[in-house]
Amino acid sequence: MQFNFTDEQDEFRRTIRRFLEDTSPPSEVRRLMETDVGFDPSIWAKLCGTMGLSGIAIPEEYGGQGFGFIELALTLEEMGRSLLCAPYFASTLCAANAILNAGTEAQKKRLLPGIASGETIGTLAVAEASGAWNADAVSTTAKRVGDSFRLDGVKSFVVDGHAADCVVVVAREPGSRGSDGLSFFVVTGEADGLRRRLLTSLDPTRKLAELSFEGVSADLLGEHGAGAEPLSRTLDQAAIGLANEMIGGAQKVLETAVEYAKTRIQFGRPIGSFQAIKHRCADLLLEVENAKSAAYYAAAAEFEGDEDISALACLAKATCSDAYCRAATASIQIHGGVGFTWENDTHLYFKRARSSEAFLGTPDHHREQLLRHWGI
Amino acid sequence: MSEPTEKSVRAEVTTWLEENWSPELSLLEWRRKLADSGWGCPTWPRAWWGRGLPESLGDVVSDAFQRAGAIGVAQGGGTVLAAVTILEHGTDDQKSELLRPILTGEDTWCQLFSEPGSGSDLAGLTTRADLDGDEWIVNGQKVWTTSAHHARFGMLLARTNWDVPKHQGITYFVVEMNQPGVEARGLRQMNGHASFNEVFFTDARIPRANVLGEVGKGWGVALTTLAHERRLADGMRSMVRGSQGKGRAFDEYREEVASVMEPYRWYPQRAGRADLVLERARETGRIEDPVVRQAVAKLLTMMRTSAWTARRAKAARVLGRPPGPEGSLGKLAASELARAAADAHASIAGSDAMLSGVDGPLNGLIAEVLLSVPAVSIAGGTDEIQRNIIGERVLGLPKEPAIDVGKAYRDVPKNLAS
Ligand SMILES: Cc1cc2nc3c(=O)[nH]c(=O)nc-3n(C[C@H](O)[C@H](O)[C@H](O)COP(=O)(O)OP(=O)(O)OC[C@H]3O[C@@H](n4cnc5c(N)ncnc54)[C@H](O)[C@@H]3O)c2cc1C
Repeated sequence: MQFNFTDEQDEFRRTIRRFLEDTSPPSEVRRLMETDVGFDPSIWAKLCGTMGLSGIAIPEEYGGQGFGFIELALTLEEMGRSLLCAPYFASTLCAANAILNAGTEAQKKRLLPGIASGETIGTLAVAEASGAWNADAVSTTAKRVGDSFRLDGVKSFVVDGHAADCVVVVAREPGSRGSDGLSFFVVTGEADGLRRRLLTSLDPTRKLAELSFEGVSADLLGEHGAGAEPLSRTLDQAAIGLANEMIGGAQKVLETAVEYAKTRIQFGRPIGSFQAIKHRCADLLLEVENAKSAAYYAAAAEFEGDEDISALACLAKATCSDAYCRAATASIQIHGGVGFTWENDTHLYFKRARSSEAFLGTPDHHREQLLRHWGI
Repeated sequence: MSEPTEKSVRAEVTTWLEENWSPELSLLEWRRKLADSGWGCPTWPRAWWGRGLPESLGDVVSDAFQRAGAIGVAQGGGTVLAAVTILEHGTDDQKSELLRPILTGEDTWCQLFSEPGSGSDLAGLTTRADLDGDEWIVNGQKVWTTSAHHARFGMLLARTNWDVPKHQGITYFVVEMNQPGVEARGLRQMNGHASFNEVFFTDARIPRANVLGEVGKGWGVALTTLAHERRLADGMRSMVRGSQGKGRAFDEYREEVASVMEPYRWYPQRAGRADLVLERARETGRIEDPVVRQAVAKLLTMMRTSAWTARRAKAARVLGRPPGPEGSLGKLAASELARAAADAHASIAGSDAMLSGVDGPLNGLIAEVLLSVPAVSIAGGTDEIQRNIIGERVLGLPKEPAIDVGKAYRDVPKNLAS
């Protein structure tokens, strides 16, 4: 197991950070979060083209850069730090991995190069109105009609679902239940019978959509009825990716709070000289560092094909959610009145933290799953 | 005259309401009647729009009002604080001029205390007032001033002496907000509302007669305001009560709620809406989840214990014991309760916690809770400051060594940008 980043990975991180500091400063985040589309196509093109980030972990034979999950996780961490507004999580983490996990060789060759180059924006539609990301909760049906399938149902909480060109959908054979009868499908964003509605999200930097399917013609992705295994694998990867994204934000709010505590003067001295503030910062550091360990370990385990990966994904997601929420809350408190204003950036992180806490399942849910994976 | 009892007060106020309350009056007509009768502030002295009743009988009066569905005197954070401060420290002239229009809702007030450079360290303020003939000239900046954009008056703390230690050089003023030297600019908050402001003073003028208390003794006056602010911290919840009634007075009352009270619209949400947690857990079916059950049980317990603590404190006041630690305890308890309630709401909402506005649970109310609760541990004195107060004044723990007392204020280190 790798417990340190290599020099190359550190250098890679520095490059991404510089790029994001230039292209995704808070002013840009604020501009884009007010738009419906939610990202800037020209920045997206640079991020995918010059930087090659959209294909970072996609194998070279499918048009990607061929790096591993550690580089993908590290990229997400930096994006979480800068609150980048772009369909990266949806396309590169979720859609590409779903296709890699579920698709046939021919489908990967056909679908992945577009995602790797960033020309195609993908997303993954799993959860429905119940808001659960698991096999049992899938009720959208796929009826076979000749060579093709017809999808009926409503998907919700679809990240960047309003902007995606390629929607990977999990649906089931009519009448099937649980893990049986699940398959992956691909539809285009403009497909007939597909209605997309942008939802008002708590976190305006992450766009969510509701996708209603009414007899939408869809292509089967991979093997019919064998979707349960690739679904669980894809959701593990998504959770690990999200955990890494969250620690980027957590580290950032911690830094901001500490910086403020050093400079803000009350009672003739920096507020960081009061133990109430100093101890709170120290506790946060402990929590954020532990969360990093969870996120990094899970990413490395994913890269190495660890058999315990589902448990590790739950562990990382729960730990990082708690750390991020606590760090963002503390950062507001340490900023005092300033922290409660719109003008200060802390609330943007607070909203991302609160939203990520629920996204892909709450910490309580993940802790329960963790025990089940461990047979407890 | 015999001592008022629960029974005699209930009878008296009920009769008075039967004879006087009518929703067909204009709101102002009604409130003038109410103020003059003393039933609006029954625990205030008879000489000043009250009836001199003890605290314990105050509840009897509010019960009677509730039962009759009658509207009370004007509410609103700053306004209420101004009233109690003037009542305690004002001259007779100030009381007779300023109190009645507060009760009738004709005047609204804001609290010009916090500054960019001094919030927790309120006594470290740097807004200055200099005497020029019969007027004080004010220069400086205030911030986080709730309702400054429509208040008629402000309770202003300004420094009038820089050569003495910080607490000794402060004077408490009543300032007219509607004058050329005062400019309020709205500030947006993280929950999207814009209830507070920054207020700039550029040669603003205050007549000499508008000093509350004595020159240089403003800190003591401010402590009265702050003590009440801590006590009233979660009293804002009942403010929209009774806004369903029919009749002219109610129509005007609703207008008041929509305008003057608008900045406080999200205040119930900032208190966490613990009252909705059980209902939400039931309607979502999450009440079956053992984790949620524990959270709900803890919350219901907290609600009871903090209510009982407040009742014990009140009972002590009724017996004439001096106000004790309960003010600070109550505020800290409210803050913990708010956070626990927000966490419970998030856990119950699950994925729906990611949604706000029309798509969010309860039409966005839960999102507003999540985004408003962070204010509770900051506004009206932060949790850290409440803990210091409890530790030092209640438990008698030694103070931390301070580097800014006993020194002329001009020599104390300050924030640069302010
Ligand atoms: C919704 C809202 C409404 C408000 N309305 C008004 C209003 O109408 N009028 C008004 O005058 N003000 C108002 N305020 C301001 C409020 O009173 C201040 O924000 C508060 O007192 C904190 O001051 P500050 O913001 O300067 O933070 P700071 O004092 O700078 O505090 C920053 C951090 O340092 C901590 N800290 C400071 N000193 C100590 C210490 N000695 N020991 C330990 N920790 C310490 C604080 O707890 C906080 O975490 C409002 C604030 C809010 C959020």
